[in-house]
Amino acid sequence: MTKDQVKQVVLDIIADIAPDEDLSHLKSDVRLRDQLQLDSMDFLDIVMELRKRHGIEVPESDYLQLASLDSSAEYLTPKFNAKS
Amino acid sequence: MKLSRVVITGIGLTAPNGNTLAEFRNNLLNGVAGIERIDVRYMGLLLAGVCHYDPLKYQKKKEVRVGTRAGSISIYCAREALADSGVALDTLAKDRTGIYIGCTEHGNVETENEIYNVSKFNYDTKYWSHYHNPRTVANNPAGETSLNLGITGPAYTIGAACAAGNLGLIHAAQMLRLGEVDFAICGGISESIHTFGIFAGFKSQNALATHEDPKKASRPFDKARNGIVISEGGCLYTLERLEDAQARRAKIYGEISGYCVNSDASDYVLPNPVRQAECVRKSIANAGLTPQDIHIVNTHATATPLGDIQECQALGSVFANCPDTHINNTKSFIGHAMGAAGALELAGNLPSFADLMVHPTINVDDLDPQCALPGLVLNRPVQAKRVDAILNNSFGMLGINSTLIVKRFVP
Repeated sequence: MTKDQVKQVVLDIIADIAPDEDLSHLKSDVRLRDQLQLDSMDFLDIVMELRKRHGIEVPESDYLQLASLDSSAEYLTPKFNAKS
Repeated sequence: MKLSRVVITGIGLTAPNGNTLAEFRNNLLNGVAGIERIDVRYMGLLLAGVCHYDPLKYQKKKEVRVGTRAGSISIYCAREALADSGVALDTLAKDRTGIYIGCTEHGNVETENEIYNVSKFNYDTKYWSHYHNPRTVANNPAGETSLNLGITGPAYTIGAACAAGNLGLIHAAQMLRLGEVDFAICGGISESIHTFGIFAGFKSQNALATHEDPKKASRPFDKARNGIVISEGGCLYTLERLEDAQARRAKIYGEISGYCVNSDASDYVLPNPVRQAECVRKSIANAGLTPQDIHIVNTHATATPLGDIQECQALGSVFANCPDTHINNTKSFIGHAMGAAGALELAGNLPSFADLMVHPTINVDDLDPQCALPGLVLNRPVQAKRVDAILNNSFGMLGINSTLIVKRFVP
């Protein structure tokens, strides 16, 4: 998977867990929490949905890697590619 | 000790046949029931009362996703009641407002959903939702309401089986009289149709109604009744001390006049007509009234073969010489809304103070002689000579009985 494809995976999850938010102007290099109303439970949702939908595990020590779309793609792309 | 008078100043509800008091009342007077078939997990199509309010009227999509159906129903009813009361949320003293919500049970729906969810992952609990605990704590419906409205006073639920709707009102009146709060949002709610366990439990008890026509399935007092139709719903009221309501020139629906809560202490599920009659008598005494002063009795009857007869025995012993007392039943329209039942059923009758119409018990094609109480209003509404006091029965499992009396407001 490319990093852009992984970004889309994360975006699809965010669209489900934050259904009131407009994601069309999301900047991929800015922290998600600075652009969206996301709390710690929402981040746990992202982790849970990565696990459920894609079998990807994100240990608690790595949660900060999901801060922005860019950092998420950087961190998750090798994990997705290691699966295939 | 002279107790403050407590009055009802706002009503918000969602029932299987109406999402406002006006719509609900209109359907009760016109014989319009609200029962349909739903697909219940593991069990297939079953009869149920479903509410069709718009959750997004007062909640964001995320609140609906994260919260519970019970929370959503509570929020809808609370917001509607507050709007009806004429009190603007931004002027409400939020730390002096209490939220007291009766519920039959809470947490079954959410727990079943999580077990179903992890069953798709070979029962690996790492797939169990981090929302499970906030969704299943017993105070969830009241807590979600406090979050949505920003109310910072006491907010909790009252677990009282199917007597819970009355208990919400009674508890709120007590808290107002004690001076613990100045404004109360109270009543009862139910999300029970979303748990298969309730259906399966009643089915195992041979107490689940069946009928080819859903709208005729809930038939208290009819010979062919064969059990309960389970429903969801909610009804919350705003209650205030009379002096506060008058100071702001509030519309007043009625006055909390008397009540009683007691326990059978005799069986897990079987009702006890002696204790029920005691509850009714004590509530009338508590109101300073006599049975002749009660002009509408709303029965709890759920259309189980035995339960209806036992309540009729209890009522027959209390209202033996009361020619002006009318007796009706709301479950024949909406099924058994469990924790919401008492609160909803009271609301459906309160407009009688103004229009003197008494809504009927529908679906009685062949009255069971053992339920043939004088004053029973069958199939069509009747015009009463007077309606000065309404007595509302709600009883529940483990033998909890509640009777609430509301009287016409007279300054």
